[in-house]
Order: sequence, then C-alpha cells, then structure tokens
Amino acid sequence: MAKRPKTFHPVVATANDLPTGAVVFRHPDGDWSGDIAAAEIATTPEQADALLAHAQADQGPGNRIVDLALIEVVREGAFVRPTALRELIRTSGPTIALPADGRPAGH
Amino acid sequence: MYRYDEFDRTFVQERVAEFRDQVARRLSGELTEDQFKPLRLMNGVYLQLHAYMLRIAIPYGTLSSRQLRLLASIARDHDKGYGHFTTRQNLQFNWIALKDVPDILDKLAGVEMHAIQTSGNCIRNVTADHFAGAAADEAADPRPYAEILRQWSSLHPEFTFLPRKFKLAVIGAPNDRAAIQTHDIGLQVKRDETGSLGFAVYVGGGQGRTPMVARKLRDFLPEADLLAYCEAVLRVYNLEGRRDNKYKARIKILVHETGEAAFTEAVDAEFAALKGKALTLPADEVDRIGAYFASPAFASLPAQSDLYERAVKTDPAFARFASRNVHPHKIPGYGIVTISLKPTGQPPGDATATQMEAVADLAAHYGFDEIRVSHEQNLVLPHVRLDDIPAVFEALRAAGLATPNAGLVTDIISCPGLDYCSLATARSIPIAERLSERFADLDRQHAIGELKIKISGCINACGHHHVGHIGILGLERKGEEFYQITLGGSGDQICTIGEIVGRGFSSGEIVDAVETVIDTYLGLRTSPQETFLAAYRRVGEAPFREALYAAAG
Amino acid sequence: MPLFRNGRFEDDDWQIPAGDAPLPASGKVAVPKARFLAEREALRGRNAPVGVLLTAGDTLDDIVPDLPRLGLVVISFPKYADGRPYSLARLLRDRHGYVGELRASGDVLRDQVALMLRAGFDALDVTHAGTVAALREKRIVAVRHHYQPASAEASETRPDPRPWRRVSAALS
Ligand code: SF4
Repeated sequence: MAKRPKTFHPVVATANDLPTGAVVFRHPDGDWSGDIAAAEIATTPEQADALLAHAQADQGPGNRIVDLALIEVVREGAFVRPTALRELIRTSGPTIALPADGRPAGH
Repeated sequence: MYRYDEFDRTFVQERVAEFRDQVARRLSGELTEDQFKPLRLMNGVYLQLHAYMLRIAIPYGTLSSRQLRLLASIARDHDKGYGHFTTRQNLQFNWIALKDVPDILDKLAGVEMHAIQTSGNCIRNVTADHFAGAAADEAADPRPYAEILRQWSSLHPEFTFLPRKFKLAVIGAPNDRAAIQTHDIGLQVKRDETGSLGFAVYVGGGQGRTPMVARKLRDFLPEADLLAYCEAVLRVYNLEGRRDNKYKARIKILVHETGEAAFTEAVDAEFAALKGKALTLPADEVDRIGAYFASPAFASLPAQSDLYERAVKTDPAFARFASRNVHPHKIPGYGIVTISLKPTGQPPGDATATQMEAVADLAAHYGFDEIRVSHEQNLVLPHVRLDDIPAVFEALRAAGLATPNAGLVTDIISCPGLDYCSLATARSIPIAERLSERFADLDRQHAIGELKIKISGCINACGHHHVGHIGILGLERKGEEFYQITLGGSGDQICTIGEIVGRGFSSGEIVDAVETVIDTYLGLRTSPQETFLAAYRRVGEAPFREALYAAAG
Repeated sequence: MPLFRNGRFEDDDWQIPAGDAPLPASGKVAVPKARFLAEREALRGRNAPVGVLLTAGDTLDDIVPDLPRLGLVVISFPKYADGRPYSLARLLRDRHGYVGELRASGDVLRDQVALMLRAGFDALDVTHAGTVAALREKRIVAVRHHYQPASAEASETRPDPRPWRRVSAALS
C-alpha cells in the first residue's frame, strides 16, 4: 500500500487507532483523528515520502496506530474522498444500513 | 448441554489472564503488531476495516438462554447493538475496542464462553449438526464427540502453530447438515454391523481458492480411537503441510499433492504408534460427557397436535412458516423451529440485542432453554412442543424473526464482504439484500422451492459459494466490483463443488443474472418437486449458460 | 546466549562450532545434523557427550539409532509461528524415548514457552530481551490447566480422575 504509484495522485496517511481500532488520518500537526477533511494531503511524491516517514515514526514507541497506509484521495470542494471503494468504505462506514437495536417488528 | 466444572472454569480464567497480559503488552508497546497479530488472532480478535472484530466461540452452535442474553448485553455495552452469526456457528461483533476485549472475555467466562481458537492457524471451533439431539433421522448424537474434540484441541501444545487453520465437523445423521465433506476433518458417527459406535472419517475437504471435497479415509473408525486418529492426522499435517505459500497450506493440498494412498499410509503409520495409548477414549469418559447431552424431560404426547393443525388450516402465514421453518423431531408431539435471520433486505445472520433477548426468552419458556446456531446463519429452537409452535410463531413475528424462508431462495448465506472485511475484494451483503428484495414475494419463493444461494466477498470463500446451489463470488477488476456465478454446488451428503458458468457480472447485473438462472430452472423442471439442484444435475450447465449469455452474444 | 534450563538460567556447558570449524579437542559438542551424519564415526570416538542441531523441516529417521547416545538435541524455530518443532519434540520424547536435553532455539518468545515445555523441551536458548526479562522476573502469565496429555508427563499432575486433564507447574 505504501508503494508509490506510477502516476502520482494526492495521498493521505491513514491507519487504525491501536486501542480502539477506529479509522484515523494524519493531520499536518501530527495528530491523528477520524476527520479525513483535516488530513494532511501530500500532492507531490516528495511530500508523500515525508508524510509516510512521519506517519511511520508515529508507529514507534507509544504505538498509537496500526495498519498504516497511504491512500489516494480527490478533493471536492471542502470534501476529501478516497478514490478506492475499499478506502471509501473504511472512511465512511458500511454501505448498508446497520441493524438498529429496538427496531420495530419487521411485519 | 456441557457445563463447566472447576477445572474448565480455571482453564478459561487462565486464558483470559494470559490474553489480558498480551493486550497490555501490546498497548504498552512492548509487543509489535507483527508479534501480537498471531496472538490476538488465536483469541478471535481481527482488525477489520473500521474497528476490531471479536469472534466468540459457540461450540457446535449450542447456546443457553443465559449465554444468549449475555451476548445481547455485550452487543449493547461494547458494540452497536447487534451481532453477526457466522457460517462456523460462531458470533462476531464488528465494532469492538481492543482495550475492552479482556473485560468482555471476563464477562463471557462468567457464562462459560470464550473466544479461544476462533481464528489463527490452529484447530478451530468444532461444528456439528444444528439439529443434533433432536433430528428424526439421527443415528447417534454428535455433540458428545464434538465436545471431546473441543477439549482435546483446546490449546493443544503441538497443534497451535499449524501451517494453516484446521476445521472439524461432526454429524450423527445420514443427512449432512454440517457440510462435513468441506472440512479438514469431517466425522460421521455411525454404527457397524455389531452395533458398535464409530466414525466415517473424511479428510482434506476445504473451500477457498482451491475447493476440494474431502476423501473418505476410513469407513469405520472405532469410537475409542477418535483422538488417536485425529492426533495422527494433525501430526502428519503439522510436519508435512506446506508453509511456503498460504494458499497451498491447507491439508487438502497436502492430501492432493501427496496422493491419497501415500497420505493414508503416513497417517496409518502414525496412528499405529498412537493407537491404544494415552488417547484411547475410555467408555466411562464417553458416558460422562454424553450425560451432559441427555435428552431433556420430553413429555409423552400424541404425534399430532390439534392446535398446530388448526393453526395451519386457519392462518396462511403460519402454514407457510410451518412448511419451511418447522422440521420433524425424533419425539412425537415436538418440532424443531428454525428462526430465520434473513428478513427481506437485511444483512444475513445479523441479530439485534433485542432479538437475541426475544429468542432467549422463547428458549427459556418453550424450548428447554436450548438454542442452536446453524452454519446457514440462522437460529434454531431444537425442542418445541407442536402445541406451542403457534405461540412461538406469534412471538417471533413480533420480534421481526418469523420470515418463513428456511431453505428458500432468500435464505442466503453471505460473508461480511467489503462492508467490513479487510480481505474482501467486493461487497457481498448488498447483493444478498437486493436478492432478498427481488424475491421477497413469498408465493414466488415457495413456488421456487429449495434453493441455496451463497455469497463470498473474496476467494477465501467464507460465504461457502463453492457449495451454493447458486454461488456468487465477489471480485474486483480495475477498481470495479464484479461477481462470478457458480452453479450446482452442494455441501450435503452428495458434496459437489459448483461450476463457473462464464464471465462475471457487474454489481448492477448480478441480481438479474440470478433471476435468469432461476427462471431458466422454472422453465425446465419436470415438476415442482424437482429441486433446482436435481434439475441442474439432470441437465447440466448448458441451458443456464445459454440463458445467461445468449442475449449478450 | 542466555540458556534457560530446568526452570532457571544456567551457563551453557555445550560448545557449538561455527560452520566447518574444527571440533574442539575436548568437552561437550553439538553439530548440525548434516555434519553429524558425515562425521558420525569421529564423533562417536570422542569421550565426551555429543549433540545434534535440527531445524524445523528436518526428519528424525536417520538419527534414531544414535538417540540413546546423544546428550543434546537442539531444534531451531525459524519463526515462532512455525509449529514443526513441537511435533519433532514430541516424537523424540514419546516415540523414540529420547531422555537427553531437548533445547529450543531460534525465535523463542515468552508466549510460547508453556507450549514448548509441554511438547517436551526442557531447555530454551533465549535471545529475545523481553522474554529473558520475563523469565528472570517470573512474569510469564500462562495457562496451567490442560485438556490433553502431552510430553511432559513427569512434571505434570492429574487433578482428577478424568483421563486427559493435566496441570503443570507455575512458570512464575
Ligand atoms: S470470504 Fe473474503 S470477504 Fe468474505 S469474510 Fe471471508 S475473507 Fe472476508
């Protein structure tokens, strides 16, 4: 995942939060949160390398994150959207309605 | 059902303490993810797309109402209010925090449950016929043997780091409801001419990338040799199974590459050395375990229930439910009730906490406190008086659990797919939901009859698509999901791997394609009694392929 | 390398010559299986105990006749997730009656120690610092109640009349 693609597209760094498993993105200030719109977007290969290096360092002592990857994104106005379906689902949740506890009887 | 004694309790508590220590070391950074991953997997903790997933063992799919209530409370307190019953008769929660897992395991231990060996390259939760102890066609109850195997395989010091996962299933009836021939070891309890108990032993079945039907290595293995024989098979596999390629590491590949004769010879040599020693099953131990599975105190009732018959005559909805979701019981006056977790347009196998509690109440009130999970991702009340089934039906209806579709086209098996699973190549639940909407009309479903659709979101085949009468495999090509159809698979006693009919279909096309297959079947069946599978076996794939691809040219 | 043997850290009294280095003139010496087979006669002539190094994937067939005379068998775990050494250990102990020292080396981590001891290992070559510390400080949390007889019968007790239940001594 961390491999550099042939033609470069903007990327963000994503991972799962170690204690909770929640999907998180790396912000320019080094913070990680679930808000992809606040994520640092690397727009050149050099920036991507630097982002990856910083993100990898976050995996070190303290161990805040797991399953680190750079993923391609597109910016649409105020929104940032991963291009791959898998990453889109990771970011925005399952594409199906989750069973709602206490939902009325299904008749 | 089996009850823990002090030893069993201590074992599970020690395991929880061990895992608590492992989680603490991971969270403190002492363990790297690479070191921790096999440890968490061995205790059922996966990292999925959105969160950790915790898979809880339900040995051979048997639950008490107390256990199901606890699962409901975990769903509420630690998850999003629901759980997912799997094709291995387990339950998984999709939104668990790693830091909570030790506390959840403590709660589970309080009701004699755990997550041991629900994942990892070890011997997995042993499965069995979900109608065990109740089915009219049963020769012997498989559960005592499943329990003996469960105990023997628990933290087995030799078989904790196998080349790949290892699955066992046991049945005791000629009709195979547990798909034993798709397992690494499948066992059928039977009697020989003298009336002694033993097992037909099938080895080397499996699905995944290279699906294979198991070979029958023994027609009759005496009961006493069960563990010695299994240990022999596992030892040969542990030493000889391939470790260079994850996709070639299952025992089916070893059997295939070694050849059945040479493999059998290696197992027999190992067995000869183990036989008659420490692992021999003493009759009194079999009896001791068997006593936990003694029949509940059935009343002596007439075979027919007036109340039940009247409800069938007067309430068409009940009649439909009775025709699909009630199966014959070995005791007169009782029935086996299947609770479908496949309502129209919902994810197959999911149940909310409230629904789990409703089922727990029904089991406590009407069903000797027993609940089963089927590998078809439904729940079962194995022992209900026919007199009570109309009342059970009403209660199920109120809980949204009375869909009368057991074994029908909308009783779809589906893995979680790309909506949850980090290994997926495509989504599977939305396809299941759309299919169940397309075929929602109950008259149409009942007219189509027995039909098993099974969907997997990648080649790992957790949705058992290879043995679906209609199998659907979700794949990805150039960023787009597409779906391959296989036809004619079957996981029962005549186990068959489905055949791929042709190129795949887009997400937009797949539901129509399945409908085309079903319409083709309806057009060519000789009578409504000829099931889809029977018809397919008679005519082969040609008419279906033609119907699917003729239009496209 | 710290050697954990018989429940404590001890000095290693065995010499393991690197590669083709000549054998030391005296003392206990252990060599890889291939070298052992090639130099079997010379090794037999020594009047000090001899050992063999195995790795996961090796078979035992060609050394079985020598086992009664061997003082040490080392089995190496290339990765801790490679489970073959467990079967080799059990075969050595249960099938072939090997009674000498049986040592695990390679990727030996604390979470597998209890399994290794049950499979018949009685010595561990430990390189992993965390594992060394945990063993020294007796901080290993492991399951002591077992559902199956294995290859440590002498050190395990039977808690009740059930045929297969075993309890092992605490690691810490
Ligand atoms: S079949 Fe693939 S997508 Fe479905 S649950 Fe298994 S691994 Fe995940």
